[in-house]
Amino acid sequence: MKAREFMDRAIRVALLLAFATCLGASAIDSFDFPDPEAAARYQRLLAEFRCPKCLNESLASSGAPIAVDLRRAVRRLMEEGESDAAIRAYLQQRYGDFVLYDPPLKASTWLLWFSPVLLLAVVVGLLVRAARRRAPAALSEVDSDRVRRLLDNS
Amino acid sequence: MNRARLFAPLLGFATLAVVLYLGFSLRDPHLLPSALLDQPFPSFDLPVLGSGDRRATRLDLVGEVRLVNVWATWCPTCLAEHDELKRIRDTGLSVVGINYKDDSADAVAWLARHGDPYAFSVVDTDGDLGVDLGVYGAPETFLLDVDGVIRYKHVGAVDEMVWRKEIAPAIAAIQ
Amino acid sequence: MIVELGHFATVVAFVMALALAGIGYWTAWEGVWRRTAETLAWAQSGAIALGFAALVYAFVTSDFSVLYVAENSNTALPWYYRVSATWGGHEGSFLLWTLVTAGWTAAVALRGTRLPDDILGRVLGTLGLLNAGFLLFLLATSSPFERLVGGPLEGSDLNPLLQDFGLIVHPPLLYVGYVGFAVAFSFAVAGLASGRLDAAWARWTRPWTNVAWAFLTVGIALGSWWAYYELGWGGWWFWDPVENASFMPWLAGTALVHSLAVTEKRGAFKSWTVFLAIAAFSLSLLGAFIVRSGVITSVHSFAADPERGLFILWLLVLAVGGALVLYGLRAPAIGSWARYEGLSREFMLLANNLLLVLALAVVLIGTLYPLAYEAITGGEKMSVGAPYFNTSFVPLALVLAAALAVAPIARWKRTPLGLFARAGVAFAIAVGLGVLLPLALTGTIKLGAVVAVAAGIWIASVLVVDLRHRRGAWTRAYLGMVLAHFGFAVSMVGIGVTSQFSHELDVKLAVGESAQLNGVTYLFRDLRAVQGPNYVADQGVFVTDSGVTLRAEKRRYAAGGQVMTEAGIAAGFARDLYVALGEPLPDGAWGVRINDKPLVRWVWLGALLMAAGGVLAVLDRRYRRLGRRARPSPQTAARAAPATGAQAIS
Repeated sequence: MKAREFMDRAIRVALLLAFATCLGASAIDSFDFPDPEAAARYQRLLAEFRCPKCLNESLASSGAPIAVDLRRAVRRLMEEGESDAAIRAYLQQRYGDFVLYDPPLKASTWLLWFSPVLLLAVVVGLLVRAARRRAPAALSEVDSDRVRRLLDNS
Repeated sequence: MNRARLFAPLLGFATLAVVLYLGFSLRDPHLLPSALLDQPFPSFDLPVLGSGDRRATRLDLVGEVRLVNVWATWCPTCLAEHDELKRIRDTGLSVVGINYKDDSADAVAWLARHGDPYAFSVVDTDGDLGVDLGVYGAPETFLLDVDGVIRYKHVGAVDEMVWRKEIAPAIAAIQ
Repeated sequence: MIVELGHFATVVAFVMALALAGIGYWTAWEGVWRRTAETLAWAQSGAIALGFAALVYAFVTSDFSVLYVAENSNTALPWYYRVSATWGGHEGSFLLWTLVTAGWTAAVALRGTRLPDDILGRVLGTLGLLNAGFLLFLLATSSPFERLVGGPLEGSDLNPLLQDFGLIVHPPLLYVGYVGFAVAFSFAVAGLASGRLDAAWARWTRPWTNVAWAFLTVGIALGSWWAYYELGWGGWWFWDPVENASFMPWLAGTALVHSLAVTEKRGAFKSWTVFLAIAAFSLSLLGAFIVRSGVITSVHSFAADPERGLFILWLLVLAVGGALVLYGLRAPAIGSWARYEGLSREFMLLANNLLLVLALAVVLIGTLYPLAYEAITGGEKMSVGAPYFNTSFVPLALVLAAALAVAPIARWKRTPLGLFARAGVAFAIAVGLGVLLPLALTGTIKLGAVVAVAAGIWIASVLVVDLRHRRGAWTRAYLGMVLAHFGFAVSMVGIGVTSQFSHELDVKLAVGESAQLNGVTYLFRDLRAVQGPNYVADQGVFVTDSGVTLRAEKRRYAAGGQVMTEAGIAAGFARDLYVALGEPLPDGAWGVRINDKPLVRWVWLGALLMAAGGVLAVLDRRYRRLGRRARPSPQTAARAAPATGAQAIS
């Protein structure tokens, strides 16, 4: 490998690091909130939103400049008395579904939201069927014989 | 019957493998599609760079097909695409700049040194217009139709390839 | 020169792995072949160890003519980080992965001397085939030995996030766990290929599975602990795809550990157990794919490279697809689970397995949904994050906890109903304590914490009752189970309490000012400049009114200029006090984050107990007899090879 290729790779790594700077360079800003409830609401909201610039971080934890701007926007909307839903819509309009860690329920996310419920129903069904079983069948198979021999030996 | 059921995991895994394979065909996890495609350009009222008191609004962007380019002096990629923007300007397409989260004096000096492809640039010091545009880094480039509706967005440097393969066809599609 | 030798040794290891696969599958596997294979298993790990040592040497001597060293190290790094930088990037960490695979292979050759020829041959053969694939991947796409013509005088640097004790130990432990499931996988393949999936098969597979599972448990806990103190904002689990990638094999492995119990003791669940053995390692491979292909966006992934991703995808398809085809053709089709009643121990373990697999499915769906969404819509993006996983996973975990609480009471085949009365009494006590304890200590009631504490106490108290009841029959396997379940209860209480009762405050403080959080006053006493080995830092010294000193740092690393937050943490059994420095503000004050995190240590303590339980169970007498190199008595010979009768054991 030539030195120039190394430089290319170094640049690529540097670009990756540029994304990764979100990490570690923690996101601590010290807004004064009128009351602890507002501060808690602010933190709860930030955890719901994904920083559009970083690889996978919430607005709460990202140190990227865009995250700083978006935090300021969230705070401004809170001060203007906007509801949680309105703040969500504000970000979604500008950055798309990508920024919502809590995917909205719509046709394209039905499978995401309902498949756990569906699978749970299947599991419950199987368990109910198994639980209602009485009278164990006789241990007649060759296989269970072998098991018993094993257990007797051990 | 029972035997067939034992192939169910294989079927599930095959589905998974196809999904993973498709993941490759649409690479670049860093790119975000714009949520604002086919939406009107957001309204704003911002100073024009290097012009004293003059201000620009959304109305200054309608009436003509335009490129709007988000740039800053702290962004090396912006410099990399600068010559291409000048070339695009020379084709007769109007290019408007958004000087994004920058120092205005630096920005004026930068344009003086590297040339100014922009019809004008608006000053977005706090990045508020950037947020309204769904910008998450610089450079980003938007194509607007005559009504000021966003028809195309490109994230990253505009080069000859992007122009030929994406922007020029998008302009053709509008007209 | 040494690096070239290392490269050569790795190529030799690849050939050995191939030879091992060939001998395992295509020879009669007797006498000389068996001894050759055992020797090869050893020699292979020796060769990779040589390659790895050569790379460590290149790092320690800062040989920047090696590309991988130049990219991941720097002369300013202290020696211990230069060593750990060996596995700080994709290439070196994958070399470690192959080393671990070879290590497990050698361990099987060592401990498996009593296995019948056909089983040992195919287990070693499968492991050899897997490692041949890994080594081919390494040599073809990710060689860490590549030289740089005209190399730089100074290396880039190890990512400062990784310059930490957590990174020294986290990846090796995690890999030992991930790859350890390859042993269970190989036993599954060997069992299918030999048509020998009986109780004896389960008994051979169990210890390997338990040990791998224990390592994975500790590896995950370490990763969580590392994120907690290194990322600077007090979180310890983020449902990031890479975390999920380690969690999914863990869930499958946990199910496997339990289902193996039924297969060993009752000869039931055979097909299911084999499926889980295949699934656990398949999910490990899927995790490797997620981390190394860049196909899923995560903060922890390595630099994306489609070529590598495609290669791993092929490995995944060949290994998993091949095993599942074999499974479809050879797994026992007879429903072998018809010999127990409802609420028997078999039933409880069935419930455990179904719930764990359901939880696994939820994590898998949530992790891959954005990818599938993008593929189907042609580029639209969406995110699935903590809110989704909390909504869908937490209720499942609670149901699982309830099943876990009752389970130890249950007996094989049928449980006398009277026994359940004990669990009922314990339940009443637990609910009472679950309400009262948090109320007495914090003065508030939060449903999440009540449920978690009550479930934890319920689990623990049923275990205590059961321990008394079974006095005299305390095998190590039984005690291991008790310890692991107790660990689960500890983690559960920790998670419930810390997520409900943590306090957090972002505040602007200048030196001399103080802030209050949850009844504790934090005084910002001093700000000093600190010089580290390869960084400079601003260190904020905070003192609480109870006399605890916390040192939070903001570090700037010389090589790359990256800024890192190093939180000041006063760790405690009951609660952690946690201070992190943000940015200096124009007026000389600092943004400061203060966290008060009760019982957060319990999350990891519980994981350690679980792992200890898993290991303790392996020390049970019956497995020790199996592994010892002793002259086989007729009895043990029959046990070792029950299916085909007495087979020569050389």
